[in-house]
Amino acid sequence: MTEPQNLREQYWKRNLKMLITLLIIWFVVSYVFGILLVAPLNAIPLGGYKLGFWFAQQGSIYVFVILIFYYANKMNSLDREFDVHED
Amino acid sequence: MELKTLTFIVVGATFALYIAIAIYSRARSTGDFYVAGKGVHPVANGMATAADWMSAASFISMAGLIAFLGYGGSVFLMGWTGGYVLLAMLLAPYLRKFGKFTVPEFVGDRYASQTARIVAVICLIVASVTYVIGQMRGIGVAFSRFMEVDFATGLFTGMGIVFIYAVLGGMKGITYTQIAQYCVLIFAYTIPAIFISLNLTGNPIPQLALGSTMADGSGVYLLDKLDQIVTELGFREYTTASNGNMLNMFLYTFSLMIGTAGLPHVIIRFFTVPKVKDARFSAGWALVFIAILYTTAPAVGAMARLNLINTVQTGPVGSAEGNILLSDVPDWMGRWAETGLLAWEDKNGDGRIQFYNEAGLGDKAAEFGWTGNEMTKVDRDIMVLANPEIANLPNWVIALVAAGGIAAALSTAAGLLLAIASAISHDLLKGVFKPDIDEKSELLASRIAMAVAIIAAGYLGLNPPGFAAQVVALAFGLAASSIFPVLMMGIFDKRANAQGAVAGMLAGLGVTLLYIFWFKGWFFLPDTNMAPNNAEHWILGISPEAFGAVGAAVNFIVAGVVSRATAPPPEHIQHLVEDIRVPRGAGSAPTLQSH
Repeated sequence: MTEPQNLREQYWKRNLKMLITLLIIWFVVSYVFGILLVAPLNAIPLGGYKLGFWFAQQGSIYVFVILIFYYANKMNSLDREFDVHED
Repeated sequence: MELKTLTFIVVGATFALYIAIAIYSRARSTGDFYVAGKGVHPVANGMATAADWMSAASFISMAGLIAFLGYGGSVFLMGWTGGYVLLAMLLAPYLRKFGKFTVPEFVGDRYASQTARIVAVICLIVASVTYVIGQMRGIGVAFSRFMEVDFATGLFTGMGIVFIYAVLGGMKGITYTQIAQYCVLIFAYTIPAIFISLNLTGNPIPQLALGSTMADGSGVYLLDKLDQIVTELGFREYTTASNGNMLNMFLYTFSLMIGTAGLPHVIIRFFTVPKVKDARFSAGWALVFIAILYTTAPAVGAMARLNLINTVQTGPVGSAEGNILLSDVPDWMGRWAETGLLAWEDKNGDGRIQFYNEAGLGDKAAEFGWTGNEMTKVDRDIMVLANPEIANLPNWVIALVAAGGIAAALSTAAGLLLAIASAISHDLLKGVFKPDIDEKSELLASRIAMAVAIIAAGYLGLNPPGFAAQVVALAFGLAASSIFPVLMMGIFDKRANAQGAVAGMLAGLGVTLLYIFWFKGWFFLPDTNMAPNNAEHWILGISPEAFGAVGAAVNFIVAGVVSRATAPPPEHIQHLVEDIRVPRGAGSAPTLQSH
């Protein structure tokens, strides 16, 4: 296997690893906190909100925004590290 | 000034603004007629994408559905935002690197198959036309209200304006027009929300006001108060009322998320940013601008519900004088009654109106001397537009909301019609059937396609298969089950081949359409459904709007199995897939000739 080919595969693996981590968070804040565990979380108050309800109607959306920016930033550094960025 | 006149002026002024910007920017940059975003900063592109994306469903319909669904409305909030995470991570950067202009073009080239391209065009048209039906419903509601005519007349007027707007065409593709549209839309949405939040809680920020105490000095949290009053009236508790069972909530949300990442008019925006890096950031910025509306919507919904109930239920539930007198009905109710979307009837002849849930209140109603719910029609799609009137806000706010709603519906409807037209004229006619077609015939074909789509969508919009946001949810389900899986496999699965993609798309679209038509009627024609559209008849309680997630799973499985049972894709395609996985070497954003 040629060297660049190997590097590309490493780059792709690192990308996939990050993707999977971030998608787990994406899944947890919406599907787990907002739907599956909404009833137990609703026992916890957050101001006038029930926590489960807050995740479903507010919190998950804030986390989504953070996830995308975190990913975009990390990918930019990864692009540079593997020297595959555009100029 | 009279409200109707004021509304015409505000709506007219916003239109003049869009057209002026369009003319001004066209003079400076001819050529990039359609390629919005090329060379545009990701923040600007994100804002334009947000305007493009947020339609009548988001603006007019969603908060009204949330108002009546309560917690169950969360499926729209999570579903229509969470999809951007998938878009940013799984599709946008790679599709940008691939550098094609339309979704069917990507499918055709990646799978090296004209058949795959044609099937992708069919999927795209089915999803987009369904989406336009939802927009027509929203446009009909907005026009009927502000022209003070019945819904059908409002809808026909709206169809005419959409046609003119879409044929003027490329105007919507100009990023700066869309930025203006976003500004109008977001002001129109948040200003009444801020006023109402202040009125009810004393906190001007809707996202915080929803979790605050009431301003009446009682120290009771707004949501607790709402829970209490709705349950007293026999409705389900606002903060816990689920939208079907847990499986349905789960699949509904999933369907909207992957549908977001599979809708052609959204994906197109990421084809045209200058760099792969920008594709990632553009998705993030788009979501920031979308989130401003989407985190405000739950407050709008809850407060609209509370204000509506307080309008009718003026005193304690069950007390003799606790309900509004027929003679005291506020003006806004009279105005909405003219559209036919709001109706009431004094069933027990006590001269007052009762608004409650018959099934939930049971025998108590008889004790109160109530003989049936008297708010006989409260169309969910009127809630956002009526909200400032319900809260007694000044007329200019009401006019602004009308302008915002129309901007949202028109921009998205025009965008979708352009996607449909380009799929037919660019992908089907020029790409497949008649490569030597001249520019003039191509243009004519795209106009005819638009007109047919508007008439079909308008006709079905008269008797829509649901409220605007629900119809749009069906469109997302169709996109989720047909387009998203082939795009994702095209990038992440080198082994996926043409046979797999075609079989997957047909299977995914097929089962989803079948399930939808079974409960909603064949081609959405009224009274042609095979089974009543309710949870008792749905498979495992999965509603037609949620079924797209199942269709997507079918698509993935069929595509995976068929691809592995047939020959692997040619060598050069496998190299191409490896190539789209790294940003370096991307060409400049593609350009399409104006048409």
